[in-house]
Amino acid sequence: MSAVTVAKKIRLGLWLLLAPLFLWLVLLIILPHFELLAFSLIDPEDQGFTFEFYLEFFQEPLYWRTFLRTAVMSILATILTLVIAFPVAFYIAKMLRGRSKGIVFAMCLIPFWVSELVRTFGWMILLRESGVISNFLQWSGLASGPVELLYTDATIMLGLVYTSMLFMVVPLVSTLDSLDDSYIEAGYDLGGSNWDVMREIIIPHAVPGIVSGCIIVFMLSLGNYLTPVLLGGKDSLWFTEQIYTQFITRFNWEQGSAFGLLLLLLSSLIVWAGLKATGQSFTKTMG
Amino acid sequence: MSKSSMPKSVTSKTAQSVASDLNPPNIDLACENICKQFAGFTAVDNVSFTIPQGSFFSILGPSGCGKTTLLRMLAGFEHPSSGDIVIKGQSMLGVQPNKRPVNMVFQHLALFPTMNIEQNIGYGLRRLGVAKPEIVQRVAAVLARVGLAGSGNKEVGQLSGGQRQRIALARCLVLNPTLLLLDEPLGALDLKLREHMKIELKQLQKEFGTTFVYITHDQSEALVMSDQIAVMNQGKFEQVGTPHQLYYQPRTAFVAGFVGDSNRWQGVVDSSSDQYLSIKTSDGLSIKGAPQNAAILSSGEAVELFVRPEAINVSREPQAAVSDNQFKCIVDTILFDGAKSQIIAIEEQSGGKITVILPQTADFYDLKKSDDLYLQWTAGQALCFSVDNLAIESADETHSVSEG
Repeated sequence: MSAVTVAKKIRLGLWLLLAPLFLWLVLLIILPHFELLAFSLIDPEDQGFTFEFYLEFFQEPLYWRTFLRTAVMSILATILTLVIAFPVAFYIAKMLRGRSKGIVFAMCLIPFWVSELVRTFGWMILLRESGVISNFLQWSGLASGPVELLYTDATIMLGLVYTSMLFMVVPLVSTLDSLDDSYIEAGYDLGGSNWDVMREIIIPHAVPGIVSGCIIVFMLSLGNYLTPVLLGGKDSLWFTEQIYTQFITRFNWEQGSAFGLLLLLLSSLIVWAGLKATGQSFTKTMG
Repeated sequence: MSKSSMPKSVTSKTAQSVASDLNPPNIDLACENICKQFAGFTAVDNVSFTIPQGSFFSILGPSGCGKTTLLRMLAGFEHPSSGDIVIKGQSMLGVQPNKRPVNMVFQHLALFPTMNIEQNIGYGLRRLGVAKPEIVQRVAAVLARVGLAGSGNKEVGQLSGGQRQRIALARCLVLNPTLLLLDEPLGALDLKLREHMKIELKQLQKEFGTTFVYITHDQSEALVMSDQIAVMNQGKFEQVGTPHQLYYQPRTAFVAGFVGDSNRWQGVVDSSSDQYLSIKTSDGLSIKGAPQNAAILSSGEAVELFVRPEAINVSREPQAAVSDNQFKCIVDTILFDGAKSQIIAIEEQSGGKITVILPQTADFYDLKKSDDLYLQWTAGQALCFSVDNLAIESADETHSVSEG
């Protein structure tokens, strides 16, 4: 067998190995987005090129305000998740040892074995007017009548943070795990207080985990549909809901496509801005 | 750290206690009956010692002897179960690690990878609230003193092992600690660099005049650098002394076996005189030795006998003016290692092996296997320890560690 045929065989093997990834990228990501792009830029009536669906987004206040609201709420949810998940992750990675570490980590994971829909219904059972918490408040005399805890922004936030927790905890635990205890001890030994050690040693070390966790949680929140709709009700005004309405209710695929691409574009822009603002690069975080 | 920051009553009380029980020379560290129990075992067992100002104090022991636990108690990361740690006259019990006048060089140095060299060294100064221009100036000064002037902007990863070592020292020394603790910092270096750093560390210690507490399992590191060495075994100090004392006058069998290499024999006392003991070894040799324990050894008592390879005289012909011990041997193996070459010889009578240093004289240039050899040593160089000394069992276990 000559060297050329060996090289050819190796190249064939490489292509075969890459094929699933390649197919996945092309069929499920690139093609649909080209299709969306085509839909959003072509007038269905005269088949001509048009920007009207994009202009519609900026001209109709309901649309861009909904988007803005979605983005702000998602950023807030990301920050809240980080604030709650960091101590949890620190506790798992640095305070617990051996068996108890695995158990607590598994306890974070177990709720995610249940589908998101069922988990969200769980919250509804707790929070609705005739739900567990409302009944308890009435029984204990803290409330005189039924209390509706659903369909507020706070409820949406609660649902988003709850849904995202795991995706923040996992990257944080793995980066904090990689921080050798001697760095923390050195931080104290050289005169640092708890706050100094946290700010100068632990957080700088955890930055890659924080950034990747934040990106995941932000994207998940922004693109979430179930939680805002079920917990926020009619007033949830989530941008994915607008896309759904365009595609399904209004049957306006052109407008829906434009919204979908705008969501992708604007969320990428926010992530990019976030990375710039914190002085991080995408490759550094993922690598 | 500064006395002005303490309440008045405390100041006067400590001043008194310093005057009463800690007379000159200035004692930087005094440990009083320190014990540390972990669930089920005692890591540090009733250890007391004092370290005078400006000295290089080493704690030498095999792994698991409790030396790291002791050091971590001095740093404040562990708390003694009982006993007291007194630094410059002040008890350190209940004082957090960040409030102690003590800094530590960690085993793997723990230079913060997220900071450059200047930020690493400045970390402690920033904690003290030192003004920025002064930090810059003090960092530059300490970098110059450790011979790395101008490398403040480098990242930790850009430095070599020896340079990192010096940065770790500088990061502590810039804070002028009363005590500098070093946790086997040379362990990760290769042999050549380790030999070099030993000398450099000693020089830096002299230059800065800081009291060093150095822990190691490497006897050569301890012997070369230290003013005082404590040999630790199973949570206890076996002996505290100068390197010279530990080497020439070990007080226990463990110290004799752990510091330096030794030929050892088990035996019983045959007879004793004013000058020496006659020992009958288990393999049938009769050796004259000197008792080391204070206890008087009587006939029939079990003893262990140590003779250092370098203390044995080697000749190719029997010596007429015989010293206390002379044995005829046959060369079994020559372990050639330049100046440190050794001969393993088989004693004719007993068949036992004796290790001696190969003399670098013309006489032995063509020495080969099966040549005849005569070994001599005086009674004073054969150290005898009574076997009922508990340390012997553990000394046997750690014999392989003692090969320096």
